[in-house]
Amino acid sequence: MKLAPILAGNRAGQVLLAVLLGATVLVPLLALVPAPGSALHLSSYTVTLLGKFLCFALLALSLDLVWGYCGMLSLGHGAFFALGGYAMGMYLMRQIGDRGVYGDPLLPDFMVFLNWDALPWYWQGFDALPLALLMVLLVPGTLALVFGWLAFRARVSGVYLSIMTQALTFALMLAFFRNEMGFGGNNGLTDFKDIAGHPIAEPATRCVLFALSALALAAAYLGGRYLVTSKFGAVLLAIRDGEDRARFLGYRVEHYKLWIFTLSAMLAGIAGALYVPQVGIINPGEFAPLNSIEYAIWVAVGGRGTLHGAVLGALTVNYGKTVFTAALPELWLFALGALFVLATLFLPRGLLGAFRRSDTSS
Amino acid sequence: MNTHRTVRKPRRSSSAAQTARLLGLTLLCLAANISWAADDTSAALSTLAKGSPAAVAAALPGLVGASDPAARRALAALEAGDLYRLRPEDRLVIGRREGRNYALIAIDTGEALPPVPRRRVRRIALTNALRSELASLKALAGLNAPAAMERLAAVEALSGSLSSPVRTRLETQLRSEDDAQVRAAIATALAIADLSAADSALAIAATERLAGIVQPAARRALQELAASPQASPALRSAAEQALTVTRQKLEWYARVETLFFGLSLGSVLVLAAIGLAITFGVMGVINMAHGELIMLGAYTTYVLQQLLPSQLALSLLLSVPAAFLITAAVGIAIERGVIRHLYGRPLETLLATFGISLILQQTVRTVFSPLNRSVASPEFMQGSVELTAGLSFTNSRIVILVFALLVFAALQLLLRRSRLGLEIRAVAQNRRMARALGVRSHRIDALTFGLGAGIAGVAGVALSQLTNVGPNMGQAYIIDSFLVVVFGGVGNLWGTLVAGLSLGVLNKLFEPALGAVLAKVALLVLVIVFIQRRPQGLFPPQGRGATAP
Repeated sequence: MKLAPILAGNRAGQVLLAVLLGATVLVPLLALVPAPGSALHLSSYTVTLLGKFLCFALLALSLDLVWGYCGMLSLGHGAFFALGGYAMGMYLMRQIGDRGVYGDPLLPDFMVFLNWDALPWYWQGFDALPLALLMVLLVPGTLALVFGWLAFRARVSGVYLSIMTQALTFALMLAFFRNEMGFGGNNGLTDFKDIAGHPIAEPATRCVLFALSALALAAAYLGGRYLVTSKFGAVLLAIRDGEDRARFLGYRVEHYKLWIFTLSAMLAGIAGALYVPQVGIINPGEFAPLNSIEYAIWVAVGGRGTLHGAVLGALTVNYGKTVFTAALPELWLFALGALFVLATLFLPRGLLGAFRRSDTSS
Repeated sequence: MNTHRTVRKPRRSSSAAQTARLLGLTLLCLAANISWAADDTSAALSTLAKGSPAAVAAALPGLVGASDPAARRALAALEAGDLYRLRPEDRLVIGRREGRNYALIAIDTGEALPPVPRRRVRRIALTNALRSELASLKALAGLNAPAAMERLAAVEALSGSLSSPVRTRLETQLRSEDDAQVRAAIATALAIADLSAADSALAIAATERLAGIVQPAARRALQELAASPQASPALRSAAEQALTVTRQKLEWYARVETLFFGLSLGSVLVLAAIGLAITFGVMGVINMAHGELIMLGAYTTYVLQQLLPSQLALSLLLSVPAAFLITAAVGIAIERGVIRHLYGRPLETLLATFGISLILQQTVRTVFSPLNRSVASPEFMQGSVELTAGLSFTNSRIVILVFALLVFAALQLLLRRSRLGLEIRAVAQNRRMARALGVRSHRIDALTFGLGAGIAGVAGVALSQLTNVGPNMGQAYIIDSFLVVVFGGVGNLWGTLVAGLSLGVLNKLFEPALGAVLAKVALLVLVIVFIQRRPQGLFPPQGRGATAP
């Protein structure tokens, strides 16, 4: 995979990568070097907030891969995001060790509270970071693979797929709310202390997590662009624009869909895994259908089928949300609702399309 | 006739035996339905004033059921434990301790008397035996009550082991009783009493009479008999057999009940989904604001009820057309304002209507409050219908089930028999051809969407009777509704009906084994798998017009 052909003639992509790499260096620098109180100093809160936005951007990018390029609007990407987050959360839970409220060396607090006497089998091994990271990829990936295999083989597509994915995340939400599932029920997993041996609340750790998020986003962008500009990407576009025609031309449409869906789910899982240590909590609320549908609007606002559009949309909407909920909290839902309506009515190709009418968004 | 009591409790003191004898006599009198005249009441009061247990026992029959206010006061005070005898004049008083003295109220006049010191009053107490005799006396008096419900309560209070005068009285009542429920209760009480009869043939016959009687008293008596070491093996097995019959009957009732609950839940699903079946099925428009239209219908009910607080039934009946009109108007506005521009772009429609749902939710939150509002039910929605003993259905659920079927029938009539329905179907089948034949398709689009929205509003009226009305209530139904529509087959109203009812029943079937949440998850998974096996639902569209979804 060569960088030059991916970025050649792609000004937006070049800008995005430059900004991401710049931020990777600059944000930790500003957070750690100037003394707190100086005008240049970035607070730990700001770093975390920016890191959170980058995770959302990565999630939006993963959704754009399936929606923008393959025409499948998944309203269940929150499920993959949350599963990745839970895998990371389980690792972080195990790192608490005996520093929990009940001081049990093995069991997380909520299990002690439920009077469990042993760690369930699916919690085994999560004290090792490599296994947890593997699960971050495998759990969402497997779910997407199985779900997609069933769905695409039965040729579930269009709005049906959207509703099925929404039902999927809804079902998972209900399941994760149950204490018996062993994932902390309503409260989820929280109260994290360490990650890879470093205290999670330290500014330096925060900076590393931010840098990792930025790099992950940059890598996902490059990988994604590589994919969509390859022949594989051309077939995806063909499926988006004329599924039957692509099938009649001899392409195994189901296989292409399955691969891109699974890959996208894994990216969403990575986003969730980076998100959880930064915000410090994961709970079943992340599975809520509302969240997944909000992710779709980020992509729609930014502009589908470009990848950088999704990043732009996620950053814009989330920045707007942060400003808005601080200033006029009761009006946020009005604004979000209006955004849904206006973006679909007046920005069919998102902000990017509005700014550059000539752009023939791939 | 007193042998019964003395045999049961042989170690009674002689005064207790005397009491029992007296009681037996009085019970016999009562059993013969002798009414007590006013002078009997005053005689009973002066007997009571003697204060000994035997005197109380002798006085009780004259007091129970008497209409004289003094007798009622005396009885109430006796039961409450503050009836006293004022000495030395042996006058009955109600006493209340105040410091060292007693504040008194005369029984005969009901007037307050000057307080007296402790030593001048003696409490007239009820022993346990007297207390239970008083209860059965009251129950016997209750047998004469004009209301069947009171007679029923009286029979149930008497049930247990019956003394022979009570038994005779019940048998007399059985012959003259004209209420079937009371008759059945008397028969049960007599059979329960026969279980402990010395004649084992009589007892076995009684077990047969009790087989299939679901009242807890009958079941308890049979269970005790089946486990009792004194009973003969034949009697025990007869009791066991009778219990099996009852148990089977109860299981059957439970099945009927599950079916009813399932149908009731299903009717709610059908109501919620049927509007969606129109907008999604006929027009192909994904309306994520459907749940919020249901919510608007429920709030219409709430507002009308606030306007007509004294006319619950009227306001509920008015809510149905009002909710239909309001939500239909909102629906038409949504169609004209937003959806019209998005035809042919289903995914964008989905997002835009989701935005609308957020706006509607927040509007309601701002106008009313984020808190839930409760909507009162009129009388015909309250209470329940008892089909047989042990099996009853709540009125509100029956009404809503019927209402759902009515809405469904009305919709079918509209679509099949009216000009509008014809045009709606024509546009759904072939828009260009319909236009060519002079159907104003844009107008039909708006009206169809309005129809779907209006039905959502009507569903909201029904739901307001089952759950709390709140800004978030719509979200609870949207995914379920979509699943029902997709499960039934898009564009197929019958499919929606069958799918809604069967999903409701399945949910209730899963619930006992899995619990409410897991049952729901299991159902979601089931539907997901089903859709993947049969993407076009239970009843796929057939023929040339059928296109892959």
